[in-house]
Amino acid sequence: MSYAYYPGCSLKGMGRSYEESLLATFRALGLCLDEIDDWNCCGATAYMSVDEDKAIALAARNLAIAEPAGKDLVVPCSACYLVLEKTRKHMREYPDTRKRVCSALEGAGLRYGETARIRHPLEVLFQDVGVEGLKKAVKRPLKGVKVAPYYGCQIVRPFSNFDHQVYPVVMDRLLEACGAEVVYYPLKTRCCGGSLTGTIEEAGQRLAYILLHEAEKRGANVVATLCPLCQFNLDSYHESITRRFGQVSVPTVYFTQLVGYALGCSYEELGLGRHRVPARAALEGAETVAA
Amino acid sequence: MDNGDGKVRIGFYVCHCGTNIAGTVDVASVAKYAAGLPGVAVSRDYKYMCSDPGQDLIGEDIREHGLNRIVVAACSPCLHEATFRTATARAGLNPFFCHLVNIREHASWVHSDRAAATAKVYDLIRAACGRVRHHKALERKRVNVRPEVLVVGGGIAGIQAALTVAESGKKVYLVEREPTIGGHMAMFDKTFPTLDCAACILTPKMSQVKAHPNITLWTYSEVAAVEGFVGNFKVKVRRKPRYVNEEACVGCMECVDACIYKEPKFEDEFNQRLGKRKPVYMSFPQATPKVVQIDPETCLHFKTGKCKQPCIASCSRNAFDFNQEERFEDIDVGAIIVATGFKPFDPARSPKYGYGHFPNVYTSLEVERLVNSAGPTGGEVVMRDGRKPKSVGIVHCVGSRNLQTNRWCSKVCCMYSLKLAHLIKEHTHAEVYNFYIDMRTPGKGYEEFYNQLLEEGVHFIRGKVAEVTDWAMTPEEEGKLVMRVEDTLAGFVRRIPVDMVVLAVGLEPQADAQGVRRMFNISCSSEGFFLERHPKLAPVDTATDGVYLAGACQGPKDIPDSVAQAGAAAAQAMALIDKGYIEMEPNAAFIDSEECSGCKSCIPLCPYTAISFDEVTVKATINEALCKGCGTCVAACPSGSIKQNLFEDVEIFSEIEEVLANA
Amino acid sequence: MGFTVRQTIKYEAETDPGFAPLIKEKRGCEKLEACIQCGTCSGVCPLSIYMDHTPRQVILLTRSGFRDEVLKSNTIWLCASCYECTVSCPKDIKITDIIYSLKQEAIRARAYPRGFPIPVLAKEFYKMVRGFGRTTESFLVVKLLLKTNILAGLKMWKLGLQLVKSGRFGFVPESIKNRGQLQQILERVGEGNGTNGGPKK
Repeated sequence: MSYAYYPGCSLKGMGRSYEESLLATFRALGLCLDEIDDWNCCGATAYMSVDEDKAIALAARNLAIAEPAGKDLVVPCSACYLVLEKTRKHMREYPDTRKRVCSALEGAGLRYGETARIRHPLEVLFQDVGVEGLKKAVKRPLKGVKVAPYYGCQIVRPFSNFDHQVYPVVMDRLLEACGAEVVYYPLKTRCCGGSLTGTIEEAGQRLAYILLHEAEKRGANVVATLCPLCQFNLDSYHESITRRFGQVSVPTVYFTQLVGYALGCSYEELGLGRHRVPARAALEGAETVAA
Repeated sequence: MDNGDGKVRIGFYVCHCGTNIAGTVDVASVAKYAAGLPGVAVSRDYKYMCSDPGQDLIGEDIREHGLNRIVVAACSPCLHEATFRTATARAGLNPFFCHLVNIREHASWVHSDRAAATAKVYDLIRAACGRVRHHKALERKRVNVRPEVLVVGGGIAGIQAALTVAESGKKVYLVEREPTIGGHMAMFDKTFPTLDCAACILTPKMSQVKAHPNITLWTYSEVAAVEGFVGNFKVKVRRKPRYVNEEACVGCMECVDACIYKEPKFEDEFNQRLGKRKPVYMSFPQATPKVVQIDPETCLHFKTGKCKQPCIASCSRNAFDFNQEERFEDIDVGAIIVATGFKPFDPARSPKYGYGHFPNVYTSLEVERLVNSAGPTGGEVVMRDGRKPKSVGIVHCVGSRNLQTNRWCSKVCCMYSLKLAHLIKEHTHAEVYNFYIDMRTPGKGYEEFYNQLLEEGVHFIRGKVAEVTDWAMTPEEEGKLVMRVEDTLAGFVRRIPVDMVVLAVGLEPQADAQGVRRMFNISCSSEGFFLERHPKLAPVDTATDGVYLAGACQGPKDIPDSVAQAGAAAAQAMALIDKGYIEMEPNAAFIDSEECSGCKSCIPLCPYTAISFDEVTVKATINEALCKGCGTCVAACPSGSIKQNLFEDVEIFSEIEEVLANA
Repeated sequence: MGFTVRQTIKYEAETDPGFAPLIKEKRGCEKLEACIQCGTCSGVCPLSIYMDHTPRQVILLTRSGFRDEVLKSNTIWLCASCYECTVSCPKDIKITDIIYSLKQEAIRARAYPRGFPIPVLAKEFYKMVRGFGRTTESFLVVKLLLKTNILAGLKMWKLGLQLVKSGRFGFVPESIKNRGQLQQILERVGEGNGTNGGPKK
């Protein structure tokens, strides 16, 4: 299977390990990701606050670039996923907008046709590989890994159509297939405050504290996420959060890092060394099994 | 009336309607214009044609001038067509020679230019005079009406309707789907705002139904098919097997004690699955009829064939019949009252409230059973984990006023939530929080009840609960359900930890409402409740003559409203059957069977199922009693063999030609 | 210690009757006036506890034309666009979209406090994308800190160092190749106010 791939800016920067683990995982499963040519910023949150029409044009340019390949477009970053889907919806519902954006794209030799399906890697693994398929590919079951599955906001809301909006389970099933123990985690879809941590620390870190604290209370030794902003927010401020609100120590990794680890990829391949709070201790159980 | 010369002599009358018409239309010149039209023998204008002197004018002219056609240019036929036809008939002329032209709603009220409005009236009366010359003498047909009434549904509405009709001396069939009558009201503990015990006021009525000589009660039965028409419905009722002979069983419950299952093991539907029952059971002690029944899904005999059947041995009246099969009863009735009730909203559709996810989240109906002394806990409010709640949150509007679920207000939830708050507080002394969007207490004594609750110390928070969660932020929240809500009157968000959450679920149409609608040939409004003929002036009638509505099947209603509506439906049914006959308007369609090719294309088009196919003559036939004169079949008939009284081609074409004559 | 008093009364003259219609005609904001003030949005919002006006109040104030009150509110900047309110609203009001429109209005009207970091970040983000087609987080963070609070930035030296060491903070700005084409597209789309252009035909 081969997919078009839109990484988005974060996966080239702070979210580097997301890209590394995503590529490694897909490779291990025999899936091919072709990065689309000369993609640009998706137009997410901050951009949309300034000029929404231009944000839509940015997203539409990416879609127009991706479409000729005739493949599903895999979008790992939650913010990108949301903006691309939102652009789709607005282009469908507002003919006036569509006309303006399409003519701007056509002026630059691009055609927006709404043909490529936008998909999150979670959806691809769950639907195209399947729980059984994944189970078969596991080489190093995540035995003893107690994981809090954290979906965050923008994948399940408001556009996701591959999982339940209030009680999503797709990541739970995938991690279980990898041999991990998925703990009951009532905050699966609560916002992490990521877009605020850099600007209004108190607010952003309080949300991160709530998530990390609850994960620990529920017995998790690692939090799995699927968004570069969430990962950064939940991983980067432990000292400050501890000072402000209370002790937290649980590491946060990308779900692709856990899946990739179960598939036998190495620590380095998965970029596990790049995070601030090391996950090595949490994954130790799995390593013993492999040895 | 024919004066022997075969000539048409039209009497024309234009009404001033005070200034309603005369203010915009030059009525004097209209009368003058009409006088010059072909066949018009008399032409007058008059201040109020509908007044007695106005009507007398028509009669006098008919007698004096030998008029044989009447055209009245006045208001809408809805208002006064019957008036002028009757006046015509009083003078000895067939009433269908009288034609009404609406120059008020169609001209004076909708125009301001006097000259243009008057010119339009010229066109309209010319068309009327053109068509009326072709009118024929028509007779209203009489159809006999059977005196029996079918009531479908044995909740409080059906019970009240059945008793009212039966008391008038008419025979009633009451058909109920469940093993007992009583409906939702039988599950309630108390009723608002007076807090009378629901069973105490309901069960005497249930016994009356059972004992009434004029009522045939069929429970565990459903209407399977309805044919016929107003006054003459043929109904097939399916009677499901309960494996117990209803006439023999006296409800002594010996068999229940004797059952091979020593302990109740299966979910008790009547108690909202909070309690257990045996395979042989009675829904509740006052069930009516007071007979047991066997659930074949759980009975060991039915499942394995290997039960010693101690129930049979225990029965001194030999009431068991394991060979009972589904059977059908055919009945003829003159009128039908549909009282099929409502379904409570399933809160699993609003996942944020955690119903089905957290065991201590309950629906309001479940709590009704918990506070009821005949309920699964004997009236103790204890939760699924056995604890008595110290704090309870009641969420209003669950499923209601929400475009994602049901968009309507369910009308009864505010009041029953207040009632439950009172009862829970009384039973447990818990802190009770009511979360509401708008407190709706319009009803006699309802606002006073709200005041009472305020003074009892129940907490009221104006805000729709956003979510019920089980993660704690403070030590006080540990182990509790936390309700997160904006206190909109205070303007900030609150987290309120409680032991128990009660979801005040709204009312929605029964799951099979669409099937029932089709069976009785009635309509549903967009939300799926049965549609009344007129929202204000015909609230219990339906578009189908002889079928009436009562209770919550027509829309959310509390008990007083349901009972009142049931009385109204009974009165409407009695008005129909007591007269013994109905007169049909003669504007029905009829088939010129010479021309009918038997193509059947008209049959599926008829919205009133009035057309059938005669296999012997191989032609379509129209049941005049069912035909409403909509004209659909007339327009559709490929051979032109369907015609309609008062709308024959010659009448319509001359009307069109005349209205366009000056165009 | 005494206490100061201030009037909270609002006169009709303080409202801007054109404000609600202006917002209502933006994409996703069409149902602004359907609000029944139930407070679900505020209840689900993870950040409402920091807001000076709850989301429900922002909808009410917008609807009633209290333009300045709304545009100066910290609410619109605290919104992390998690879309909880939008998916929970019983009247299908897209509250997140309305807040985006209010942010755009506030930026246009410069109605936020000086040095308030979020709109500054938004603008820097905007400029960077216009120039390079992509964003580079390291550059963005440095710019933001320079423009708002250098001291806070210095306090975070540990995190910065770790990010550099782990290869997540790049020193070369990311850029697309065809910058001319992107700029042409953005120019052609024009000044965007997100107007819905009337209902779908």
